[in-house]
This record gives sequence, structure tokens and C-alpha cells, in this order.
Amino acid sequence: MPPLLFYLFVLITLGFGLNVVIARNPVTSALSLAVSFVGLASLFLSLDAYFIGVLQVLVYAGAVMVLFLFIIMLMDIKSEEAGGRANMAAIIAGVVVAGILSVQVATISGKLPFSDKSTETAALKLAEAGAQWEAKGKENLPTISRDLKAGELPDAKLMGETLFSKYAFHLQVVGLLLLVSTVGVVALSKRDNKEASSQS
Amino acid sequence: MAAIFANIDLAFLITALVKIVGFTFMMILPLVTVCVYLERRFSAVIQDRVGPNRVGIPLTLFGFKKDLQILGIGGLFQAAADGVKFILKEDFTPRSVNTFYYWLAPCLTVVPALLTCAVLPFGSELDLSLFGVVQPVKAVIADLSVGPLYTFAIASLGVYGIVLAGWSSNSKYPFLGGVRSSAQMISYEISLGLSIIPVFMVFGEMNLSKITSFQDLNGWLILPLWGEGLSVGRWVLWIPMMFSFIIFTVAMFAETNRLPFDLAECETELVGGYHTEYSSMKFALFFMGEYAAMIIGSGMAVTLFLGGWSIPFGPVLTSLTGFQFHHVAGSTPLLLGLVHIGVFLAKVLCFIMFFILIRWSLPRFRFDQLMKFGWLFMFEAALLNVLLTAVLMIWFPLK
Repeated sequence: MPPLLFYLFVLITLGFGLNVVIARNPVTSALSLAVSFVGLASLFLSLDAYFIGVLQVLVYAGAVMVLFLFIIMLMDIKSEEAGGRANMAAIIAGVVVAGILSVQVATISGKLPFSDKSTETAALKLAEAGAQWEAKGKENLPTISRDLKAGELPDAKLMGETLFSKYAFHLQVVGLLLLVSTVGVVALSKRDNKEASSQS
Repeated sequence: MAAIFANIDLAFLITALVKIVGFTFMMILPLVTVCVYLERRFSAVIQDRVGPNRVGIPLTLFGFKKDLQILGIGGLFQAAADGVKFILKEDFTPRSVNTFYYWLAPCLTVVPALLTCAVLPFGSELDLSLFGVVQPVKAVIADLSVGPLYTFAIASLGVYGIVLAGWSSNSKYPFLGGVRSSAQMISYEISLGLSIIPVFMVFGEMNLSKITSFQDLNGWLILPLWGEGLSVGRWVLWIPMMFSFIIFTVAMFAETNRLPFDLAECETELVGGYHTEYSSMKFALFFMGEYAAMIIGSGMAVTLFLGGWSIPFGPVLTSLTGFQFHHVAGSTPLLLGLVHIGVFLAKVLCFIMFFILIRWSLPRFRFDQLMKFGWLFMFEAALLNVLLTAVLMIWFPLK
């Protein structure tokens, strides 16, 4: 991807991200966040991570933000639009959290084993990886080695393979967590219903 | 600056541009008008009416005796007349609307609908060595490895158009339509996504070009009648594939807001639903977005389940007649490439006819029935289908 496009998408991501915070209208904020997600997804695409990029759009921009918008629309937003005084404590806390996060990202990315390499100095050796993959024997998936040998990066397949072999346990835990939260949400909304009906 | 342009492959850029213009604007948009015509004529046939059968190129305006009927079929010019009518109508913006979002909403419906076609392979490949292009050009705008997921991702952005149209109109009926539509689309997106997971599992592949090439050689997914398709494994896996096809098609109807799921705009309850306050070309854009989504949905169903551009019994015909009927990477004659595009369009048109047939023969759901059907039946069925495929694939693994 030409550097020009990289800067364009960075600008979109950050600009609309900023707009989320400063926009007066909540609908504008929500939509800006969705556009920011799309910009972020294009940055993922530029790293050849098509699967993650597409999931970013599919899950966050396409489903989560639509639900956000849905809720915002159901509320009365006139009072929000009128505006009020800025909450100093919230702004300071936000800046501090953002600072800590950037320091954390900087330290971690400085310590990664490939932090001194760039895409020019360390090109992807797909054919080699394909041969290695085939040598793995029993657990090798034929489609992955076929793709690698053909010079394509099977990002979705590699991600799935890693998720379901190396991180299988973690995946189960996350799944259980989601199940618990789903059941919790259903239980909470059920109880509310009953109270409402008993009151009326 | 020169360094930036040095990296750009000019031949790639030009072919990509030609493909975008050719497929999106020369094939999908005209197909929208064809759809409108088909919808009107086919509904007339179903309801024992005549339908539009006289509109032709209006030569009588210029003093000729008769209007010119294209191909001798009456009424083919109806869609164009509709288009002209939309452009000439007054473009009225009610005073109570939120103007920016009111204008943005129609664009947000059409643009995602047209963007989704980028990964659809509309033909095998075109051998353009006549025009000096060395490599055969693949007949797909972007040959992504995530294929259908890209389409779903972009299509899910189309909800914004409808939601914003409903909200920004600042009026009760559009708002109800917008709320209904967003709830419906989010609910059915889940079963739509889950329904094609078994397909990916059987192919071991998400690239639509590869999926279609495989079906070309080894039988369509729900019609495995030649090549490797005649093995026991494919026929055992045919059962979950058929479930997938049915769930996919039903969810597709819900996603495109077509009857029996068009609760977002049902005329009898909501006047016109989310586009009640729109007029002229802005209304036409909603219309176009809906039909484009329908065409691309049909294209996706055809590509995944019905062999895409492949000619039925292609390899068999090749060995019987001696002419080449199936796609061979790198050596497909130009004529065959063009035939493949024609076959793809024909299949899509047949699927659209099916869409229209359903619209004019089934009554509408009630909204609670719709949600119940989506969450309590479709979702579970899709999930069980994934499980069934996985279990069957223990004995019949992919190659």
C-alpha cells in the first residue's frame, strides 16, 4: 500500500475518533466512531490482515455501532445537543488513561523481537513457510500449505488454526464468559419485566 | 512523487477500473431496471393482469406512426420511463428533518449495496492477449481471501442508511420503519453468517473464485452430479448443504427487506416505512439500493451454491464434444470467458425471478412472528447445521 493511503486512513481514523469526543450530537458521535472503525479496518487491510480488517467492519461498525445508534435514537437527545459545561475531572482522567496506554504500547512494541524490522527488510517468505507447514505432519491442514505454496497468505485459516489449537482453552473460557453474560442479561431483563408488570 | 508512481502497476490499475465500471455500472445498475420490469410483468402474470406492455421509445412524439418496441417486446422501456419520472419529480425536503442525515441516508443505502459486488466472480477469466494484455484477466474486481465475509461486512453498513432515514425524517412512521428494519437486519445477519459456515467447512476455502472453480470441475454444491461430486462423501454432505442453502436464502430475503419480511416498509401499517418522507431521486436511490442488494444477494447464493459462472456438466461436455466447456486456469478462450459471464447473469436472473415469485405469492409476517422465527428457529437451525456438518466431516474429510 502506498504511504499516501496509509496517512489518509490514519487521518480518517484519528479525525473521526476525535469527532466522537467533541461532537455535540450523540448520533454524530456514534456515526463518527463507526467511520473511525472503518478507517482502522483499512489499516488492518494494509497489513495483509484481511480477516481481522473485515471482522472489524462486520462486528464493530456493522453490528455493535448499529445497536448503539438504535439506543441513542430511542432516547431524547435534545438536552444533549444544547450542551453544558465541560467536566474537568473526566477530561483529565481521559488524558491520563490515554497517556498510560500509549506508554504501554510503546514499551511493548519496543521489546518485540521484530521491532527493528520493516516490511522492506523482512519480506514474507511464504513458499518457505509452506514447506515448513507441510513438514509438520499430522496436524497440518492441506489447504494452508497449498495456499502458502501458491504465494498467498491464508490469514483466516492461520488465525483459526492458532485459535483452535494453541489457544483452545482460552477460547473456551472466553466462550463461557460470553455465555454467562448472555444468561445474566436475560435474567436481568426478565426480572425488570416482572416488577413492571406487578407495579402496574 | 515518482517513487510513489513507480510502485503502481498500470495494467492492473486499468483492468481494475474497467472491471469496476463494467461490472458495477454496466451490469448491476442495468440489471436493476431489468428487475423492476420483471417485477411488474411477473406480478402481472401471477395476478392474471397484463402489466406494462406498451411503453416503448416514444417516437410518436416526433411524428412517427408507432412507438419503437425494443426487441419487439412491449413495455421494455417502462423502467426508463420510471427513471425519468423520478428525476423530473419535485425534490421536496420537509422542514422538520435533520437535513444533513436526511441527505446522507439514501447515499448510505446505495453505496454499500454497490460496493458489495467487488468480490463476486462474475466470470472465469478473460484472455485478452488480442489487446496486448499478457496475463489472462480474472473476472472479479477484488479476489479477496475472505470473499463472502467482505460482502456481509459492507452489507451490514447498509443498515445505517435505513436507520438514519427513519431517524432524520423526524416523523413517526419512518421512525417505526427504521427501528423495525435495524432490529430485523441485525437478527437475520446472525443466521445469514452462520448458514454459510458449513459451506466454508466443506470447501476449506473462503475465496469465491476458488470455490467456483472447484464447483466447475466437481459439481455444484447442491447439485453434485459430475467430477468428484459423484463420491459418497459429497452426497452425504449434500444434506447439510441443502439446509445451508435454505437458511441462507430465507435470511437473504430478510436482509434485503423483501416480502414476506418487508416489515420495514409495509404499506398497510407504515405508509411507506423509512422512506415515507422522501421524494424524487432520493426515493429512487432507496429503491435502487434495495434492488442492488437483491441482485448481489442472488449473485452470492448462485456463487456459493449453484456453481457461479460454471456451465452445468462442463467437464463432461468437454470430454463428450471435444470443445472446451470448463475453466482451465491460464488457457480459457475469450469466447468461453464471455459465455461464462452470460451463464452467471442467466443464473442470477433466474434467482431474481424466484425472489419475485416469492414476493407475489406469500403474505407478510407479523413483526413478533418475524423476530420469533429469526431467533428461535433460524438461529438454532443454522447452529445445529454447523454441528451436523462438523460431525459428518469426521468421516468424510475435505481433500
